[in-house]
Amino acid sequence: MEYSNLQRQAASLKKSLFDQGYLDEQFCQIEYLQDEASPNFTEEVVSLFFENSTRLMTNIEQAMEKNPRDFSRWDVNMQQLKGSCSSIGASRMKNECTSFRNICGDENAEGCMRSFQNLKREHGVLRQKLESYFQVLRQAGPAVTAARPRGM
Amino acid sequence: MTVEEVKLQAAKANGGHGAKDQFPVGMRVLAVDDDPTCLKLLEKLLQHCEYHVTTTGQAATALKLLREKKDQFDLVISDVHMPDMDGFKLLELVGLEMDLPVIMLSANGETQTVMKGITHGACDYLLKPVRIEQLRTIWQHVVRRRSCDAKNNGNDNDDSGKKLQVVSAEGDNGGGNRNKRTSRRGRDDNGDDSDDSDENSNENGDSSTQKKPRVVWSVELHRKFVASVNQLGIDKAVPKKILDLMNVENITRENVASHLQKYRLYLKRLSADASRQANLTAAFGGRSPAYVNMGLDAFRQYNAYGRYRPVPTTNHSQPNNLLARMNSPAFGMHGLLPSQPFQIGHTQNNLSTSLGNAGGMNNGNLIRGAHMPLQDTSKCFPTGPSGNSFANISNSTQLVTTNNLPLQSLEPSNQQHLGRLHSSADPFNSFVGESPQFPDLGRCNTTWPTAVSSSNVQELGQKDRIVNGPKLEPLSSFTEASSQIPLLGNETQSQVASLASNGLPMPFTQEAVPFAYGSSTNSREMLNNNLALSNSGINSSLPNLHIDGSVFERNIDGSVVPRQTLDRSNSGGGGVPPLQDGRIDHQVVNSHLNYNNELMGTSRLQRGLSGGLDDIVVDMFRPDRADNGVPFIDGDWELV
Repeated sequence: MEYSNLQRQAASLKKSLFDQGYLDEQFCQIEYLQDEASPNFTEEVVSLFFENSTRLMTNIEQAMEKNPRDFSRWDVNMQQLKGSCSSIGASRMKNECTSFRNICGDENAEGCMRSFQNLKREHGVLRQKLESYFQVLRQAGPAVTAARPRGM
Repeated sequence: MTVEEVKLQAAKANGGHGAKDQFPVGMRVLAVDDDPTCLKLLEKLLQHCEYHVTTTGQAATALKLLREKKDQFDLVISDVHMPDMDGFKLLELVGLEMDLPVIMLSANGETQTVMKGITHGACDYLLKPVRIEQLRTIWQHVVRRRSCDAKNNGNDNDDSGKKLQVVSAEGDNGGGNRNKRTSRRGRDDNGDDSDDSDENSNENGDSSTQKKPRVVWSVELHRKFVASVNQLGIDKAVPKKILDLMNVENITRENVASHLQKYRLYLKRLSADASRQANLTAAFGGRSPAYVNMGLDAFRQYNAYGRYRPVPTTNHSQPNNLLARMNSPAFGMHGLLPSQPFQIGHTQNNLSTSLGNAGGMNNGNLIRGAHMPLQDTSKCFPTGPSGNSFANISNSTQLVTTNNLPLQSLEPSNQQHLGRLHSSADPFNSFVGESPQFPDLGRCNTTWPTAVSSSNVQELGQKDRIVNGPKLEPLSSFTEASSQIPLLGNETQSQVASLASNGLPMPFTQEAVPFAYGSSTNSREMLNNNLALSNSGINSSLPNLHIDGSVFERNIDGSVVPRQTLDRSNSGGGGVPPLQDGRIDHQVVNSHLNYNNELMGTSRLQRGLSGGLDDIVVDMFRPDRADNGVPFIDGDWELV
């Protein structure tokens, strides 16, 4: 397989996502599942994730506004988000979720607010990066899929 | 839902017995997870393992699928935290009704949660994110279950001979039933015979490929089962004897054995929960009404005592199934007859537990609540609320016989139900005059399950609901009661107060907390009806008990204790999400109701199906607060 520039670019984007901790090996698992039957499986799962996580985060945000200091509620919501993050391998987001839950356990409302802002930021960054990644991937063509290095 | 429909069709097409030959390839898995990302991933993973996958994002849908296509699934994988139903409740139901292995899935790997999964009967607990390697071996649970069943059958065969000789009192049954029990495996009341039933009845071996027809434990059947178990004594109840005592055809010892196993697990869990709740409720008196958790516990305990709800005879199109379904959840309750030495010391706790359940506070263990009162009743007669409940539970016989009444009410005829209510309940006579309300019962009942679940759900989301707990306390005996009254809805408060002061001669039996299911109008009617039935004086005064429809129950000393009713439709903002399939809840409710009736004695029967069922439903559909302590997100209510 020859690597076109685009393919190299895609590979490099992906590598940096892993190196910087945005993604973990669970993401590889998702890519592994992609096959002829579902050639865009990874992208589909990822976009589903962003849909869902945006909704969850809105819920959390609303809960934090309408139910101040309702830590257990916040925690439950965050737990759902965390589960979602871990399923696609969104490592940094997942860690931030864990951190939020810990702060929640300490009943530190301010801390929670800050943590949540971090989370929002991570969410935005990850989304951006993955969008570029998939864009390059699409442009690079299907060959990239087959040649994608595993275990990055 | 399109994808789901397609999948369902595929499942139907393939869901026969094609999988048998290539097992585990083609093993039919039902995956349930409210997170669409996880669900999609899970589906793909399972497909990669060459299983046949059906997915759904709602527990209610999952139950519906399982009930409708009883033999088309081999395994269920379910998330723990779901908005419409607690995963543990789904787990319990599936285990009881369908006897399918269930694997729990969660991002939460805390020991306590995992433990809870196991005690609820999960055959495995996986942590998210799930890896494909873990899924490749889940078929072992299906094989194991089949082998166990086969083994139980074999053991029973050995025992039967010996038991026949030993049995004295049950000698007649033993001899008579011996022939009966031999081979027929099939359905009890509802006539759902599977093709396999006769072939597989007593066969051992080949367990990995044979499909066992599932015996449906209808309400009637379960009642008999419980009665038999209680008669024998929980420690001495062995499948053969139980089967003989039950004197029912089309049931094998194997069926009884596996049901017994589940039942025992259930009881264990209840007693564990009971002691936990006992501790919590002990402190109840000292807590402020605003203390959410406490309120929940107390509420739970109170409700546990026995809530009877007027059983809405369901107009359900499948009464048999309804009975069957109802039976299952009630299973736990039946088991606790006074003969059981549970929770002797926790009379109050028991009562509050049951009450708590009635209120629908996030009490993960509906059945638990129902059990509680029974346990104590047999051993002690505490004063106050718990005492009330106990007073009625005089003996198991009484309970057993009273079961008949609720069962009758289960018939798909409102008239019957109403008739029963009228005839058996003296206190109801005063309500009888409220005949306009009765016709609503039928309607309301059908919406009960949804109301219950929705109410429960909402309860969770609303902190102020928590006051349910405090409300349950008998007005006279608890100092907190009065302070708690304000917690009730405005309307309720005044009513409660008036009730308390009047000391209405309410029947001792507990009022089933009416759950408002389905549409808000129905639920409101339901609520009102329920209230009417249960509270002699309150009916008119509680027109729109949104949040805290309280049902009053009488204490031993005659004081009236407000009971919590759930009116989900009115509570909380956003819509009350009625259960998609009202049947599901019905069954649970009904089974519990029967159970409660059994336990509480005739006077309770008057109330119709016990509120215990409600509790069960409530618990089923609510996440367990004890674990999360958190209501659900408002926005996430969604019923299929």
